[in-house]
Amino acid sequence: MTEFNWGHFGLFAVLILVSVLTVVMGFIWFERRALARMQIRLGPNRTGPFGLLQPVADVLKVLIKEDIVPAQADKIVHWLAPIVALVPALMIFAVVPFQDGGLLADLNIGLLYVLAVSSVSTLGIFMAGWASNNKYTIIAAMRDVAAVVSYEIPLALSLVGVILVAGTMSMNGIVQEQNNVPLIFWQPLGFFIFFISGLAEINRTPFDLLEADSEIIAGFHTEYSGMKFALFYLMEYAETLALSALVATFFLGGWQGFLLPGWLWLLLKIVLVFFVIMWIRATLPRVRIDQMMSLAWKFLFPLALLNMVITGIEVVAWPDALPWVLIPVNIVIAAGLIILMSRNHKTGWGRVEV
Amino acid sequence: MALRTEPFVINFGPLHPSTHGVFRLRATLDGEVVTELEPVFGYLHRGIEKLAEGYTYKQSICLTDRLDYVAAMSNNLAYVLAVEKLAGIAVPERAEYLRVILAELQRIVSHLVAVGAFVNDCGAFQTPILYMFREREKILDLFEMACGQRLTYNYMRFGGLSQDVPEEFIPALRKFVDQMPGYIDEYDQLIAGNEIFLARARGVGILSREMAINNSASGPVLRASGVAWDIRKADPYSIYPRFEFDIPTGTAGDCYDRYWVRIKEMRQSVRIIKQAMEQLPQGPVTTRVSLNLKPPAGEAYAHVEAPKGDLGFYLVSDGTDKPYRWHVRAPSLLNLTALRDMCIGWKVADVIIIFGSIDITMGEVDR
Repeated sequence: MTEFNWGHFGLFAVLILVSVLTVVMGFIWFERRALARMQIRLGPNRTGPFGLLQPVADVLKVLIKEDIVPAQADKIVHWLAPIVALVPALMIFAVVPFQDGGLLADLNIGLLYVLAVSSVSTLGIFMAGWASNNKYTIIAAMRDVAAVVSYEIPLALSLVGVILVAGTMSMNGIVQEQNNVPLIFWQPLGFFIFFISGLAEINRTPFDLLEADSEIIAGFHTEYSGMKFALFYLMEYAETLALSALVATFFLGGWQGFLLPGWLWLLLKIVLVFFVIMWIRATLPRVRIDQMMSLAWKFLFPLALLNMVITGIEVVAWPDALPWVLIPVNIVIAAGLIILMSRNHKTGWGRVEV
Repeated sequence: MALRTEPFVINFGPLHPSTHGVFRLRATLDGEVVTELEPVFGYLHRGIEKLAEGYTYKQSICLTDRLDYVAAMSNNLAYVLAVEKLAGIAVPERAEYLRVILAELQRIVSHLVAVGAFVNDCGAFQTPILYMFREREKILDLFEMACGQRLTYNYMRFGGLSQDVPEEFIPALRKFVDQMPGYIDEYDQLIAGNEIFLARARGVGILSREMAINNSASGPVLRASGVAWDIRKADPYSIYPRFEFDIPTGTAGDCYDRYWVRIKEMRQSVRIIKQAMEQLPQGPVTTRVSLNLKPPAGEAYAHVEAPKGDLGFYLVSDGTDKPYRWHVRAPSLLNLTALRDMCIGWKVADVIIIFGSIDITMGEVDR
């Protein structure tokens, strides 16, 4: 066993924490400004140049706010929940390579690590909903648990295709495999499934059922204020950032690129994915919980299985297939399957006789 | 073995992001499914009807603004029509036309707010409502031009309007009317072209034809259920018989139809405004009415097709300068009575959008 390198881990941990939190604050500003542009309004523009200091002002405001804990709440769990929710979102970045070999831990099961760690946030959200002792938060917590069993399976299965094509589970290895063609071209269907179930995983529109403000006030963090609320807020954006980073790493070639340094390429790709997520938020309404579950089980799950089978056949039968032959075939298969499945998909079961 | 579950009671409101004011819903939930629903209102009760009995007829025009504050012009119109009927006051031609133009503009405003808020309830993050507020803003500018106010207009008087519109009103109106159909297409594309919206709204919260009639629903809620009942045609008032327009009706009576009827009605309103603008005569907009109006003893009821439905004013005069009874038939309140039947069996998320699709203003429900 190799010696534990304190210098490497310490440096990377601090570096990742600082850069992730900085980027998250930048994203908060970016989302507010860009959403405002999409909604024909101005957005924050008074605090600093172009409103750039708005997140700083928000953080200061949140820090001096009173921390209110409901009288009937489970105090310890209520206190623990934001931490349990936030930390896994940050832990994902331990295996995101921002240069060739530039990552905290080059685990040979990096992909499994991502899947394992990303589900822990759910526990934090459920703890928050349960401990608050409020009916709205309980609904949100139950929705979260119902949702997590639905979307985690297509999410994990869609990555099987990535593993098959790349031939490795190491995150750095997956990026190295994409030096010619980004995996999105080999795995268009896998990308589609991963992106949609990823949106559900991070509770973004159209799957923002946990904090559906028009239905259940603020969902699981209704009873949170002050810094604890800020941690949840941070968690949401850290998760969004993590999803963007994962999509960039798995499907868009990570740090691969020309001229510019690797970390900048990764950041550019992250911003691109983040912009799409934000764009979706500005455009789409929310689905209902049963519609979301039927989407995951009856639409994404069979698609993910089919994708796995098709990718397996391709990898075994034509291991040396040329990209320009297989890529159009893959895209046609993906489009055909999506259209075929969506034709036969019925969303939700509607009214229940009571 | 079935899992033992317990229903629980949850309060939506009176302060809740999507109760459109201070409305309270006591819902009994079985998981996410609503098994019982009890609307509770009265949180915005200001006693307007009683208050008006202490005011002179003219003084209570401003009270009507505070009923349905999203559509104050229509309330003004209904009230002055009732008083004119009671006192037998004639209205000059130009004032009639301007009233129709303003009432139809008001209908567009109200429907924009209704549709925007409805899509917001479906979970769209503010975008549709902000697009709609862009056009609402233009109409409010027109109203401001005419009477100086943007929300509570207090513009109509017995026998006309408080003042004529300024010169620049008609060109600005013409510009708006030319642009509006394009904007309505834009909304329709943004909203009805969305798969998720259709999945959320189609078939949800069905109000059957019989149920709608039995609950004396009116306005878009009734028409979405397939009843072509519009006071402008069924019991014409003002100069509506002179204009050509259609009554859009839905078929299913679900949330989508209520949305669809509102979009169609906006188009019809633009059509009416266009015709009224072309025919608009010159002349006075006021008639001399005694400042301290004392209608002869008796009673009068006048109703108009307000954006939310059949808005009626029932006035009883005892010959003095103050009304003996001042009653409002509020469409919001009556449309709300079917809420429980529409919501039972649907999920929490559906209750919110069904409630949003009825389109109420609490100021009118509680009065």
